[in-house]
Amino acid sequence: MKNATVLITSEKLMVQDCYDFVQDASCGGIALFVGTVRNSTKNKEVSLLDFSAYEPMALKEMQKIADLALTKFQIYKIAIHHAVGELQIGDIPVIIAVSSAHRKAAFEACEFAIDTLKETVPIWKKEHFEDGEVWVNSHP
Amino acid sequence: MKIQLLFFGIAKDLAGKSSIYYDVKENTTVASLKANLITNYSGLKNSHEFAIALNEEYADNEVVLKENDVVAIIPPVSGG
Repeated sequence: MKNATVLITSEKLMVQDCYDFVQDASCGGIALFVGTVRNSTKNKEVSLLDFSAYEPMALKEMQKIADLALTKFQIYKIAIHHAVGELQIGDIPVIIAVSSAHRKAAFEACEFAIDTLKETVPIWKKEHFEDGEVWVNSHP
Repeated sequence: MKIQLLFFGIAKDLAGKSSIYYDVKENTTVASLKANLITNYSGLKNSHEFAIALNEEYADNEVVLKENDVVAIIPPVSGG
């Protein structure tokens, strides 16, 4: 049975979809990380974020994270979903859901997955402000 | 020989395009491609900060390119 799902979509991400995928009678808990678009960065008001991806590679890297999490932690299932396109304040760019028999593994795997995603998955965000735009983490 | 270059994120803005076919010498390494790109695309002067993906996998500086490789310029990622 497939114990991981990875997704990149320009549609709205659904927390329920991730939850339903990982949910199982054998599990004592589900850890859920939901990333949301914040209204400011370094005290500057953000109007929107624009996410883009090298999609085939990003999906491979997300699958690697999921597979590694399944090996490294005593978890049952993991879902990693990421959105692309323009997102407004409060919208959801990323969801990680992990289920496990005991909660500690789910918390740890969830943190590992989001931390690693931010380091390795080829997805970029451009912050849009009233007076311009900036690629996050880049130094032209 | 020809390779395909893909630009993403800030690299796409700096190069002014998302994809091109590019001529390189036989036995070109990832490191020498990076140096070569800086010469031809002055905007990519900070390309030492960029990672290179070869056929959808991260590639180290020593890796040698082959004809028809798909080489992606990966600026610092910022997903999540």
